[in-house]
Amino acid sequence: MNAKNFVSLMLREVGIGLALLLLCIVFAIAAPRFASPINITNILTQISINTVLSVGMTFTILLGGIDLSVGSVLSLCTIIAGMIITNETLAVGPAVFLSILGSLAVGMVSGFFNGFVSERWKIHPFITTLGMLNIARGAALQISQSRTIFNFPSSFNAFGSMEFFGIPFIFIIALGSVLLGRFILNRTVYGRMVYAIGNNEEAVRLSGHNPSFFKVLAYIICGATVGIAAIMYMLRLNISSPILGVGFELKAIAAVVIGGTSMSGGKGSMMGTFLGACIIGVLDNGLLLIGLGDFARQIVTGLIIVFAVIIDTYRAKISIKAEA
Amino acid sequence: MASNNIIQIQNITKSFPGVTALDQINLDIHEGEVHVLVGENGAGKSSLIKILCGIYQPDEGLIRYQGRNYAPQNANDAIKAGIRVVYQELNLISYLSIAENIFFERLPAKAGLVDRLKLNRESQKLLDEVGLKLSPKTPIYQLGIAQMQLVEIAKALSAESKVLILDEPTATLTTKEIDRLFGIINRLKKDGVTIIYISHRLQEIFEIGDRVTILRNGKKVNTSPIESITIPEIVKMMVGREMESEYPFLETVKVGSELLSVENLVLQGDDHSKSFSVRSGEILGIAGLVGSGRTETMRAIFGADPKISGKIFMNKQELTIISPKDAVDGGVCLLTEDRKEQGLILDMPCSVNVSLANIDGVSQSGLMNFAKEERIAEQYVDDLSIKTPTIKKWVRFLSGGNQQKVVLAKWLYRDSKVMIFDEPTRGIDVGAKYEIYMLLWKLAELGKAIILVSSDLPEIIGISHRILVFSNGKITGELTRDEFDQEKILALAYQEYLSNGNGNHK
Repeated sequence: MNAKNFVSLMLREVGIGLALLLLCIVFAIAAPRFASPINITNILTQISINTVLSVGMTFTILLGGIDLSVGSVLSLCTIIAGMIITNETLAVGPAVFLSILGSLAVGMVSGFFNGFVSERWKIHPFITTLGMLNIARGAALQISQSRTIFNFPSSFNAFGSMEFFGIPFIFIIALGSVLLGRFILNRTVYGRMVYAIGNNEEAVRLSGHNPSFFKVLAYIICGATVGIAAIMYMLRLNISSPILGVGFELKAIAAVVIGGTSMSGGKGSMMGTFLGACIIGVLDNGLLLIGLGDFARQIVTGLIIVFAVIIDTYRAKISIKAEA
Repeated sequence: MASNNIIQIQNITKSFPGVTALDQINLDIHEGEVHVLVGENGAGKSSLIKILCGIYQPDEGLIRYQGRNYAPQNANDAIKAGIRVVYQELNLISYLSIAENIFFERLPAKAGLVDRLKLNRESQKLLDEVGLKLSPKTPIYQLGIAQMQLVEIAKALSAESKVLILDEPTATLTTKEIDRLFGIINRLKKDGVTIIYISHRLQEIFEIGDRVTILRNGKKVNTSPIESITIPEIVKMMVGREMESEYPFLETVKVGSELLSVENLVLQGDDHSKSFSVRSGEILGIAGLVGSGRTETMRAIFGADPKISGKIFMNKQELTIISPKDAVDGGVCLLTEDRKEQGLILDMPCSVNVSLANIDGVSQSGLMNFAKEERIAEQYVDDLSIKTPTIKKWVRFLSGGNQQKVVLAKWLYRDSKVMIFDEPTRGIDVGAKYEIYMLLWKLAELGKAIILVSSDLPEIIGISHRILVFSNGKITGELTRDEFDQEKILALAYQEYLSNGNGNHK
């Protein structure tokens, strides 16, 4: 039994962790600059936003769904938050506070829309969130008149570059999101229902639960992480823009999948997702340092994603054997 | 009659985990005869057919076909050999034409393109043969069930089948359509085609059959020329006379007051409304053939499927049930027929499955209490003697009987007042069956109202206080314990299918 547990653990987080470690060692050897403290701080900054988005994405994918709208909604969130924070009638404190609330609200309402429409009319979330992708992007462009918003309060901007012993402030937010997400998945009734529904929704329904409720909630959670990620983006770049966030959804999905979560739902973990986000970040950074161009990096990242999914099919088979 | 055997089935045995579907079957099929197979649900008819057409392989025994050994490994082997089945559920592709469906496996081609002229010409010939007056170009979705059945037969003819197996072909046909089908069968017979005919309608087999074989519990009871047997004799053989003592009726249970009552329930496609009630401490058996509306009715009561109208009362208080959640909250539970797909989360541990219907019991303010969950799972594993190495084992890896016990544990922990069991003992071994009967009794003694849907007549007679018989979507009878009689129940179960041939669904 212990040996079997060990095997399945190896296949999940530990396996992904080892892959990450291996990747870091290879890069450290190939590009000496990779392991420098400055570069590590860099990587942590770069992966933070994707990590937060991936946390929310994990919930939707565990339920057998997906959220393609996160990039566009993030952009819309920055616009709303940016308009609030630059509102001159508000003092700095309340402005920052309200902009965070605004960003969260926009994200959660979009998430509610995604979840509710998908569940109420039994539309695959792929389609619903594809619609939302366009709606949010259009709304962001419309509301901002396609202009970038900047001139945020300097005290707000200061948070963005804050570091504690080389650890960037926004990475701490990301780590907090991961730990909170992990707590929800592993310790709460809600987390239990997410796994149960992802595995067999009909059995959960016939056991006297309302799966739709839990599924809609997952999209709201995903929306909330988008709201958080939007504020992090503003902290980092000190702008709000209707054209940012393009392709973020794919990066988040990639992190979740590389992290070992099955696209058909029910199997996966938050730690896996975090490690997946780290792998993507390390790849991006490391490949750049060893001199690969933008295009080549895209090719490699794409290959890694496909490879991760192939591994996943074996993982499913082996873990069934390990259990038996 | 030519007694040339086209098929000789010798000592065929087939078992599935926990059940012996076919037990040492010996059967000769004469060339050019219409051989009728009858038996209750689960008697082994379909397993036998599936072996003949290559879907199952027998564990033991031998089939000789046209004097040679015959061991088809898949459906294609059987079709190539000239043995073909027209299934109850039709296998036609809606958006293709009749002709395309008939020749689906081998479309006539010319230079890599479909030769439409030839396709339609050949199809037309076959349609004329089966008497279907439609253009071969008609898409399937425009056809009625009876017409589709004829297309299936035309398809079977196109392959120049030597043996044609018809699986309940008349189940959905009207009298006129049945007459036409019988005409076709007679013509095929003249052409030397051998026909194996499965039917629940005992009267019609006298019109069409040459010989009849009765199966029961995977064994052959008898084969007889149709002239020398009567319906009551067939029924007696189907049911068997045996083992009243396998189900000791516990007199200790006190039947209490009415707990659940269903009034004027109407389902989608129903002509009849249904009303019945069950008392606390009572085991109400629901008998009837598969497809008679038993499962559908139970699912509607539980809110798993929508109903058209009808009221449900618990302790005289009306319950509004539009989803399983309402039912469970109101004290009703349903153990579904299909436990793997609907009752269990196969890839999660036993403990998770046990607490699934009562998650509030193992949590506090939204947080799981894992220690309590494990304690409760351990307790049910002990109580029900569920055989599993640990409660962390995925349910997928337990045997059928133990999986069923996990489903039971789930609902026991929920502690519902009314418990509906849909075929709780199907596919599980005798020992586990007995444990489940004892458990049903224990639940009745605790004052639960039990509804037991079962196709196993001896079982339902053995342990119920009262039996309702369903036939073709209607409740055709209610029997109290002193009136229990297998033949009477069977007659009621067939009633709506027999009555002057017009008791068909639309």
